[in-house]
Amino acid sequence: MSASAHSVIEPSATSKRVAGAIVILYAVITMIPLFWIIATSFKTPPDSIAYPPKVVFTPSIEGYCNLFTTRTRQTAEYIQSLPPATNFCDETTRKRNMVIAGQSNFLPRFVNSLIIAFGSTFCAVFLGTLTAYGFSRFKVPLADDLLFFILSTRMMPPIAVAIPIYLMYRELGLSDTALGMILLYTAVNVSLAVWLLKGFIDEIPREYEEAAMIDGYSRLQSFWKVVLPQATTGIAATAIFCLIFAWNEYAFAALLTSGTAQTAPPFIPTIIGEGGQDWPAVAAGTTIFLVPILVFTILLRKQLLRGITFGAVRK
Amino acid sequence: MAEVVIRGVDKAFKDTQAVSGLDLEIRDGEFVVLLGPTGAGKTTTLRLVAGLEKPDAGTIHIGGRDVTRLDPASRDVAFVFQQYSLYPHLTVFENLAFPLRSPARRLPEDQIRRRVEDVAKLVRIHHKLENKSTKLSGGEMQRVAIGRALVRKPSIFLMDEPLSSLDAKLRGDLRLELKRIQTELGATVLYVTHDQIEAMTMADRIGILAEGHLVQIGTPREVYTEPATLHVAARLGQPAINLLPVGLLPDGGAPAGAITVGARTEHLTIERSANGHADGRVDWVEHLGDQNHLHVTLADRKLITLTDTDTPLRKGDPVTIRLRSPLFFDGEGNRIRGGVNT
Repeated sequence: MSASAHSVIEPSATSKRVAGAIVILYAVITMIPLFWIIATSFKTPPDSIAYPPKVVFTPSIEGYCNLFTTRTRQTAEYIQSLPPATNFCDETTRKRNMVIAGQSNFLPRFVNSLIIAFGSTFCAVFLGTLTAYGFSRFKVPLADDLLFFILSTRMMPPIAVAIPIYLMYRELGLSDTALGMILLYTAVNVSLAVWLLKGFIDEIPREYEEAAMIDGYSRLQSFWKVVLPQATTGIAATAIFCLIFAWNEYAFAALLTSGTAQTAPPFIPTIIGEGGQDWPAVAAGTTIFLVPILVFTILLRKQLLRGITFGAVRK
Repeated sequence: MAEVVIRGVDKAFKDTQAVSGLDLEIRDGEFVVLLGPTGAGKTTTLRLVAGLEKPDAGTIHIGGRDVTRLDPASRDVAFVFQQYSLYPHLTVFENLAFPLRSPARRLPEDQIRRRVEDVAKLVRIHHKLENKSTKLSGGEMQRVAIGRALVRKPSIFLMDEPLSSLDAKLRGDLRLELKRIQTELGATVLYVTHDQIEAMTMADRIGILAEGHLVQIGTPREVYTEPATLHVAARLGQPAINLLPVGLLPDGGAPAGAITVGARTEHLTIERSANGHADGRVDWVEHLGDQNHLHVTLADRKLITLTDTDTPLRKGDPVTIRLRSPLFFDGEGNRIRGGVNT
């Protein structure tokens, strides 16, 4: 815009360039570990522990092969007697005097993570939206105290209640179940969801619902037709925050899940133990683990950006 | 369309009595304007009729049916809000169709389309039906809001200062348009405003509200020329009525008990004093273009009246002031009828 070129509040070209450089530098620094993990996932095990570290290397998907499989060591004669290898994974494994014994647990653990994280996010956002709407629109007795109580559940680190929860879950048979983990993450996230969403819903003028109710809709219908469509920004932002927490949570997952309901975060470190220091496999697990949250965040990035400003910017 | 009868309605919020003992009848096809300052209970009255608030006491009948305890959805009223009136996530067409798609009605789509297009023409927005409602100007938005009320053919239209968020020119245009539409449809309207020009130009009857009470209701003419109280007199007329203690000016016989004289422009004769006797002095001649406001100092009081643009009076001129059939009020602020005949 030519009109703004002379504006006093418009930053100068130099300061824009400096600011840009700082942002890029910061982004590079924060992304180095990420690049390192992704690079490691494509190295061979010897390359991954080479010193000095190899920056330029021949990429290999051995890490991914090892991530998804379990292998057993065999004699050279036995390997010779096998029919020719049909794919890359078979081939590399045999070069290391091993054969693929079966599938690893990574895929089921990853699916557990998906079910538990998305399930608990849905529950937290669903309950949070209804609760926030209630607090925003109705005269709730002791509303302020209740809201403070809801917030206070976030005031200590969740791990402080790990032992009581462990004991409760054992008694209730919720240990190592997806349902148990969904309930737990929902409980932790719902307070955040209520507070975030209440802010968003407070900003939607109640005239819209009143208009809808006069137009012949019940309260629930006007909530559905008029409030929800306008709260999508807030709901998306809240969902991302909840999902990130549930997806990354390690402590409770390590404590309460060990078998069928184990999520990816406590599983990935266990890969190290299987057949030496298999860093490429660990890095491959971490790389795949990053994908869902990345996709989800990119899909909702506009909402997230507006959500971070807590609805302060309205068109 | 139907008549609305409000009987003895009370409504309090915490310790504020918003409406008390309200009796109001709106006849079928009538345009009633409630006029009053902020906090007088105008909006509460509308919301009570709409069902957005439930009265503490009293009854509300619409078209002979007792709706006092009914939900807004089952009352068959339409409401036009001061602002925030359009659903921002919907297009103009969807906004207009919204009431027709409600579970209470559920018309077939082809009928909805026809009704929406008819109404869009009536409020002159048919060229923008597919626009996002947030992409409209203020005047267009308010026309759509009025259209959304019209599309349903409700028993009564409730309008809460629908023009107050618009600029002066648009307000003038829409005022005329609203009155035209109301006359065309023979619609029953209860309209709330604090703008006396809107009230005077559109209303069949004006109700003056003060502190939750209906002080007076009558045709614009009646309410203007025969105000029941000081409060009513002060609400109407531009510039505002001048209130003076009885006896400050020769009034030729104030009725017994009169304490205050109310004098609008038409009750005053102001001339440059010729014989050295002066009641007051011209303080300021305020030029408004098509007319002038004349500010006169009278003892320690100020008078403001209208005067011609070619007035010979200048700042500092001594003037004689005479009253012509002014309004008299007693100590309680109630009008005393009769009085002088000059």
